[in-house]
Amino acid sequence: MTAAGLRRLMTRAYLVVFFGYLFLPLGIMAAATFNASRFPTVTPWRGFTLDWFRVLAEDLRMWQALGTSLLVGAAVVAVAVPLGIAAALLLDRLHGRARTLLYAVMVSPLLTPGIIIGISTLVFWKQWFGVTGGLFLTVVAQSSFIATYAMLMALARLQRFDTSLEEAALDLGASHWQAFRRITLPYLMPAAYSSALIAFLQSFENYNTTLFVRGVETTLTIYIATKVRTGLTPAVNALSLVLIALTVLGAVAYEIMRRREARAAEHRAP
Amino acid sequence: MRAVLEPALRRYGAPLTVTLLVMSAAWVLLMIALPQLLMVDYSLRPMLPPSKLGGPEDVHTLRNYGTLWSNAIHLGIFLKTVWGSALVTAVTLALSYPMAFYLAQVAPKRKLPTLVLMLVVPFWINEILRTFAWYIILAYNGPLNALLVGLGVWAEPVRLLGGDGGVIAGMVYVYVLFMVLPIYNAIETLDRHQIEAAHDLGAGWIAIHRRIVVPHAKPGIAVGCIMTFMLAAGSYAVPALLGGPQSRWFTEIIYNWFFEGGNWNQGAAYAFILLVLCVGFILLMMRLFRVGLTDIAR
Amino acid sequence: MSRDVALDRVTMRFGAITAVRDVSLTIGAGEFFSFLGPSGCGKTTILRMISGFMEPTSGAIRIGGQDMRGIGPNKRPTALIFQNLALFPLMTVGENIGFGLEVRGVPKVERHSAVQRLLDLVALPDAADKRVTELSGGQRQRVAIARALAVEPSVLLLDEPLSALDLKLRQHMRAELRAIQRRTGVTFIYITHDQGEALTMSDRIAVMNHGVIEQVGDGASIYDHPDTAFVAAFVGEANRFAGTVAEVADGIAALDTPVGRLLGRNPRGLRPGDRAVLFVRPERMREDGAENALAARVSHCDFEGAFVTAVLETADGVRLQVHTPHRGGALPFPPESAARVGFCAGDAVVLPPGDAA
Repeated sequence: MTAAGLRRLMTRAYLVVFFGYLFLPLGIMAAATFNASRFPTVTPWRGFTLDWFRVLAEDLRMWQALGTSLLVGAAVVAVAVPLGIAAALLLDRLHGRARTLLYAVMVSPLLTPGIIIGISTLVFWKQWFGVTGGLFLTVVAQSSFIATYAMLMALARLQRFDTSLEEAALDLGASHWQAFRRITLPYLMPAAYSSALIAFLQSFENYNTTLFVRGVETTLTIYIATKVRTGLTPAVNALSLVLIALTVLGAVAYEIMRRREARAAEHRAP
Repeated sequence: MRAVLEPALRRYGAPLTVTLLVMSAAWVLLMIALPQLLMVDYSLRPMLPPSKLGGPEDVHTLRNYGTLWSNAIHLGIFLKTVWGSALVTAVTLALSYPMAFYLAQVAPKRKLPTLVLMLVVPFWINEILRTFAWYIILAYNGPLNALLVGLGVWAEPVRLLGGDGGVIAGMVYVYVLFMVLPIYNAIETLDRHQIEAAHDLGAGWIAIHRRIVVPHAKPGIAVGCIMTFMLAAGSYAVPALLGGPQSRWFTEIIYNWFFEGGNWNQGAAYAFILLVLCVGFILLMMRLFRVGLTDIAR
Repeated sequence: MSRDVALDRVTMRFGAITAVRDVSLTIGAGEFFSFLGPSGCGKTTILRMISGFMEPTSGAIRIGGQDMRGIGPNKRPTALIFQNLALFPLMTVGENIGFGLEVRGVPKVERHSAVQRLLDLVALPDAADKRVTELSGGQRQRVAIARALAVEPSVLLLDEPLSALDLKLRQHMRAELRAIQRRTGVTFIYITHDQGEALTMSDRIAVMNHGVIEQVGDGASIYDHPDTAFVAAFVGEANRFAGTVAEVADGIAALDTPVGRLLGRNPRGLRPGDRAVLFVRPERMREDGAENALAARVSHCDFEGAFVTAVLETADGVRLQVHTPHRGGALPFPPESAARVGFCAGDAVVLPPGDAA
């Protein structure tokens, strides 16, 4: 075999192993859903069943946790996306040290371990306002770092913004508010939609931060973790399977949307 | 202050600028800076019953930080967390680099979108679920034990859950994509001709990577290492699910101070130590790879 | 209604840099006025000060006699056509043109008829529902003009709007702009670094350099009677000879140069001993040596159809350009041949050296 042929073979083997490593665990977890075993496993195989979906559907606490997650997610979108966009708009008009400093502080939550965000939020609100863990603090703590994603996405889009469009609007007699509402905001909408999606997903799957600020509330992610540690049945696999399916659909849809947008932008460029 | 805001005022007008300023301040002060500062302040005070707050005993002290030194178990767990996170980072880097390079420079253009999508999709899946997948794999009666026993590697199943090995393996799996994607993004901007030119000049593959690709990918490698280390050191889910009482992670100690020991001051001190560890790692990476903050936060 | 624009000792500083220095001039109502100069000369700064995006550091800008200080761009009777046009990409052509009326609260029906009227004016009657991205470069240009005219400005400001177009379209749009200006009677203030644009379209031109106005006048006077070395060198082409003034008499100066003594007009009243530069246009050069005769060798000669451009070199290495109209017959100036050329003293001008671009 030639050297090039050998290299191709090795590359292919590496790809198979890597993607196998990525997907096989998820596949095994999914497969365990259909095993008629009390404990989620694929070995030994005790026969095919769909019963764990029924068990899952009858799990009231799961539904409650789902409701909490949806509520928190919606609230985080409502808080984090406007905050992030406002911060990006401000940053876009700052220069020099003020900008560098503000940018560093705004980005720092992404480089801070999630549990520290949870802890600092918990301590701060307890000390200053007497607020203890619960839905409110969960939303605040999650938004504090999810707003960074929204800020970065809006800032990236703003950097490609042609500011003479705003000037043209002003020049034609628009007030600052009219120029913002008719020109800048519509331009930012794609970034707003994307960051709303990201914000919701980040909130939905958050564990480390939520753990410290949730009080007695249980989000779906917390619920799954609790179930794994106490009272694990393949119903958890059924839930995981549903969530993964939804995520994959969402991710694929988002990617297609993003690429279509990128192609359209490329098309318009020349 | 007015001079700093002048461009914003000119562009947005006063009412809108004030609105943006208030919103940004609410985020930066109430949700980021003040909580962190208060946590530090909290960590420097002893835990006191409410009646003694503000009293003569309510003074700043480093006692909460001293606890880590005096408690050998905690110190051991802390050090294990440090090297465990470093190990996770190193292993993920080794696993990810070839994939990132393949995607960025070798993969056929036609297949690339699908391959990248295949990488991105698991990235979107809940961390807890990805951890749970390994819980099933590593279970005593799970497929890995079954496979290894079947292959004759082990005579009978081994306990894989509840030890450090399982935690590390799980972390590598859960965080690997945080390493692949930044490195991929960095190598992608490398002009393929540079590699061809080096090859043409007689450089071998090792030389090409050492002299051309890795220097170009530095910011991506730095970001990948920083993210992976931070996520590993700050992970609660993975050790909680895959570990056991014998393989506790530093985050679990912190959690216990808050919700079982009931000593928030002590917990805040430990949390701050974790934060300092992560910041220290970031600075180390920035120095090692000579990259700036703007390279990292992209 | 068209209005005049007065700049009264306008200065603009950015930190240590003075972009515009003590500029005073009045642009008449209904005039087509151009600011001509190289990039960085301050012409765009003047435009942005008139439109209200910048306030001058000192001095006043008056439009129709009213001081504009403190009045934002959205409150001024001006409309600006941006260099990149700045058409709103998310709106249709009609929405773009109607935008200025929309933000003024003009009802939809009235807006529609105004938009249609403007589209007719710029010869795009069916474009109202098109996307901006569907238009060609020249069509976008017209939409930008229509959008600016929609708000019925007293003054229309144009920031090199033709620079993105190809040559043919650019020449066509010059005529178009001039025609629209005549039809609407609006004061046009035009910024350009292209002398051809300035000369063909403008009633008057201000030539700018380093933030200072070097000369104001109509195209012919700027071309034929430059006040400064910069204007002589920047507008049109010129042969130049540096030297020292030897004598002056009757508005004529004699200049000692490396190629000998040359005579030219002396509008600035130079005195003997002054350093100076003599400028003479290539088309004023003659084949026969009259007052100012020069011996040179032909380096090369380009036949351009209507005229011939020859490049000559004197024995001292001074390069000369000569344009002569082509009237049929054999081409003058065969390459490598010796030639005698010259020019009348009245066709040359002697100016202080200054800042000759």
